[in-house]
Amino acid sequence: MTDPEQVRARLEETGYLVDEGLAVTCFLALRLHRPLFCEGDAGVGKTALATALAEALGAPLIRLQCHEGIDASQALYDWDFPRQLLHLRAAEAAGVQDADRLESELYDRRFLIARPLLQALQTQPSVLLVDEIDRADDEFEAFLLELLSEYSVTIPELGTLRAQEPPVVVLTSNRTREVHDALKRRCLYHWFDHPSFARELAIVRRRLPQVPERLAEQVTALVQTLRGADLLKPPGVAETIDWAQALDALGASEVDAELAVTTLGSVLKYREDADRARGLDLAAVLAARGA
Amino acid sequence: MSSAASGAGRPPPRTETVPLGAAATALAADAVLLGFVRALRSAGLDASAERLYAFLRAIDLLGPGKRADVYWAGRATLCGGHDDLERYERVFAAYFGTPGGSAPRRDQAAAPPRLGLATRAASTARRGPGGSEPPGPHTATLASSAEVLRHRDVAGLDAGERAQLHRLLAAFALQGQTRRSARRRPARRGDVDPRRTVRELLRRGGEPARLRRHTRVTQPRRIVLLVDVSGSMAPYADALLRFAHAAVRGGRTEVFTIGTRLTRVTRELAHRDPDLAMAALAQAVPDWRGGTRLGELLREFLIRWGQRGMARGAVVVLLSDGWERGDPELLGTQMRRLHTLAHQVIWANPRKARPGYAPLAAGMAAALPSVDAFVEGHSLAALERLASVVRGAASRATPVKGAERA
Repeated sequence: MTDPEQVRARLEETGYLVDEGLAVTCFLALRLHRPLFCEGDAGVGKTALATALAEALGAPLIRLQCHEGIDASQALYDWDFPRQLLHLRAAEAAGVQDADRLESELYDRRFLIARPLLQALQTQPSVLLVDEIDRADDEFEAFLLELLSEYSVTIPELGTLRAQEPPVVVLTSNRTREVHDALKRRCLYHWFDHPSFARELAIVRRRLPQVPERLAEQVTALVQTLRGADLLKPPGVAETIDWAQALDALGASEVDAELAVTTLGSVLKYREDADRARGLDLAAVLAARGA
Repeated sequence: MSSAASGAGRPPPRTETVPLGAAATALAADAVLLGFVRALRSAGLDASAERLYAFLRAIDLLGPGKRADVYWAGRATLCGGHDDLERYERVFAAYFGTPGGSAPRRDQAAAPPRLGLATRAASTARRGPGGSEPPGPHTATLASSAEVLRHRDVAGLDAGERAQLHRLLAAFALQGQTRRSARRRPARRGDVDPRRTVRELLRRGGEPARLRRHTRVTQPRRIVLLVDVSGSMAPYADALLRFAHAAVRGGRTEVFTIGTRLTRVTRELAHRDPDLAMAALAQAVPDWRGGTRLGELLREFLIRWGQRGMARGAVVVLLSDGWERGDPELLGTQMRRLHTLAHQVIWANPRKARPGYAPLAAGMAAALPSVDAFVEGHSLAALERLASVVRGAASRATPVKGAERA
């Protein structure tokens, strides 16, 4: 892909709509081999971007979900001890005499379990998604920093493994914690905002082509209203799609205030938010959307 | 870099498509970009050389074409967080002119004043000519006066005592409670560690070996400090923020100021030097000595940070006198929410030590049912006690209700 416009077009083919800013940022990430650091509210499409990039590049998506206490053996590689032991026993039974050879065999590639990061280095091309990096701890960040700047790993028994072509890396963060500057410095930064009405409608239409246009329009309008309603958890694009899908599953071709309230559960996940939404004049919103 | 800015002798690009350096040489274009980064830096953006390099490479890749490309390339490479975006936008508009804007500013050399340097100079100037810092007293007197100072109300200290208090606070550390994590470490006792045991067996060629064991790692809990900087807290805010500064060095601590707005100041407090940290903080916090809207701001904190995980399982400390201008009902609701999220909610109130204090302020009364420990916060000794409550030592000794009695 030679320019941002092309990146945009390719992503669009996969059903992921990007604006100009994200297109430029993705293009730079691909060409500069820099990880892409994505921040924004939940459900605005950070993780979906990685999936879309993988599809657009025709590369497998390798996902590493971060959590507190994640360490190198869960993220990078591990030795398969049971199999090593089995190998030892089998060799013993067969009466192998050459101890040196046996030992070196134990640390063969086939006993190496590649965890996501190593998989990403070994697979060309690949898209590596490091999801919710803000959940991991500082030590893990430091470890990741090293890996992402060199795109290589040293395994004591095997030596250094280097990616011939660095994977495309997408990191996402929900901002529960400030990620270290050193890591961010290596990355390109993109902040995900909630989309405008037109863009969101286009996304819904693209993702759910079977949903009637009118229904998609109404749902989008409702979600945009809810977003402005000062909720504990404003719904993201993912919720809009969920809602449209739910209504479609109910066989609705359009939505009235009553139906909207009964299906609120697919959008709002706090009781307080649902109460608030019921207090809004949803009928008026729907009416304003050209009845 | 005024030469770079005056490289803007040519008309500043206004529209979407005017090339940045079509007429100028590549060198001049680079100079313009460098000048832009300089302006960003003086506006307080932390654009390191590495970021600058990435920016130049990005521009190189995109070609010095459209204004929007420059905008997005800079945004992706030079910004490090959401807080940077607003500043970036402002400086970009000032430097390259607003597209279709009425009057693109011509004298780009008049970038925002160099705030960073100015405050640093100010902070040294304050100490220098003012001469307020007394010559260091003998250590013996320091020790005994420290003992007296420990119990004095911060609001009633003179300049010298304050300076000493600051030194004492700087030597302070706040440690969180611990919780069990999913990680394990080798230990004498505990469950058998199959991996290390098998590895040991392998190392011995299958001969019997001692069982290796491991146990759960305990990790410190995150601490979140919410410091009230409204007018009524003015005598205490400085000391409390220095306390927060000392706490941040421990690592897993986040600090916010609350007044008329919520400001995250963890980054500003990361300066090692307390005075520099305070200067950075003074710049970042826009609402010194205003009113307090505790309920609303707590709500904002919970939505923007708390429920996403920052408050989850953490020890949350509110340092405030509980004077609520807004609706106490709202504060009560938000405190209940906070209480369901956090591991422990502690309220430190500097006014609590006053004789005859009763939590009658409407906000305080509404908040108390959702508070695990209600402590004082007016002196060094009180802050030390607060630290021990945060650590969990005191709360185990005195159960929840006891803390209120104390």
